[in-house]
Amino acid sequence: MTTDRRDFLKSAGAFIVLTGAASLAWEKVLAGEPEKAPNYKMSDHWWAMTIDIEKCIGCGNCVRADKAENDVPEDFFRTWVERYHVPEGSEDHPEVDSPEGGFNGFPEKYRAGDGSKNFFVPKLCNQCSHSPCTQVCPVGATFESPDGAVLVDKSYCLGCRYCVQACPYGCRYIDPRKNVVDKCTLCYHRITKGLTTACCENCPTGARTLGDLKDPKDPIHAFLRTHKVQVLKPQMATGSKMYYNGLDGSVR
Amino acid sequence: MMERFKDREHLFRMGALFLGALALFLVLRAVFVPKGFGTYGHYREGALKDMASRPLHYAGRHACEECHSDIVDQRKGSKHATIACEACHGPLAEHAADPDKLKPTKPDAAKLCPVCHTENVAKPKGFPQVDPKEHGEGKPCGSCHKPHHPEIA
Repeated sequence: MTTDRRDFLKSAGAFIVLTGAASLAWEKVLAGEPEKAPNYKMSDHWWAMTIDIEKCIGCGNCVRADKAENDVPEDFFRTWVERYHVPEGSEDHPEVDSPEGGFNGFPEKYRAGDGSKNFFVPKLCNQCSHSPCTQVCPVGATFESPDGAVLVDKSYCLGCRYCVQACPYGCRYIDPRKNVVDKCTLCYHRITKGLTTACCENCPTGARTLGDLKDPKDPIHAFLRTHKVQVLKPQMATGSKMYYNGLDGSVR
Repeated sequence: MMERFKDREHLFRMGALFLGALALFLVLRAVFVPKGFGTYGHYREGALKDMASRPLHYAGRHACEECHSDIVDQRKGSKHATIACEACHGPLAEHAADPDKLKPTKPDAAKLCPVCHTENVAKPKGFPQVDPKEHGEGKPCGSCHKPHHPEIA
């Protein structure tokens, strides 16, 4: 019998690795069937949204609906509307404002016929499929769900604010009541019940539409086929799933 | 042959250390890693359920249409036909769950209509927009436009 230290370490290492793998598998066995929500299978959905800038009238219905649905603290927004004012020849320096996030609409402050370009841009979490915000979370409190929503586990968040800084779209905030991070959940409590999001439901012009990219019958496929769409900050390679139609180059 | 193992108590000591460390690791893991962590990824599985179980405030237009089919007929063929009921009437999931518990109040047209239809240069050109101070000579919107079918016949 020839056993030396190397062999011992090899077998001990294998023992430890196998135990680790077995313990991981055992956890899944103990957890039972992963999808317990009736009639909703996460693996059957991949949520996205189309936003048609050419239809947005800046009424602020989405902002008010979001606040009413999601208990968003005062002065914070999960969705908001920006007004772009692009004077002629200054595409690189647009004037952008968003009074109260568009909650009370937009009082007129520009005049027609001054050669400028004016439009509204609704914004919200881009539900990125390669989200920078989830990658920096040190504890696994924010994540991309299997159906394509970027969510926050508020009972597990430390409030360290890394993700707030990592989001290139400024879509996260610290909820001052609990001192943990908060953001648009794509109305996860609604979409898992077969309803659309509060903002899409209440958009009077249909500028926003929730779509399921895994559902071949969803009208989102026709929309993406027939419109020239763009995501925000494509150079960041975030895998954004908010597809804007009529997005101007001046939009940041 | 046995003389090659004359110092084998070293191995036993190391093995005991290994097992002790492994046991400590498993205990700490069980204590500190929350239940369901790692089922789908580097997060707690229960967080998905927490998110999905939040209460609704907007019932959705299909819930409204189940009872208010007369309004559906009124809106047919109108530009307002595609607008969700709660976009104007407000969040009414409570009313949909128990119609007697919460009675919705009629929105004030003088405040509601201008939210969408006030002139603004940033609005799309084709969208019907007016200056509420001039349009309609101060009469209430409803005297000409019915909210569920605003086109003037």
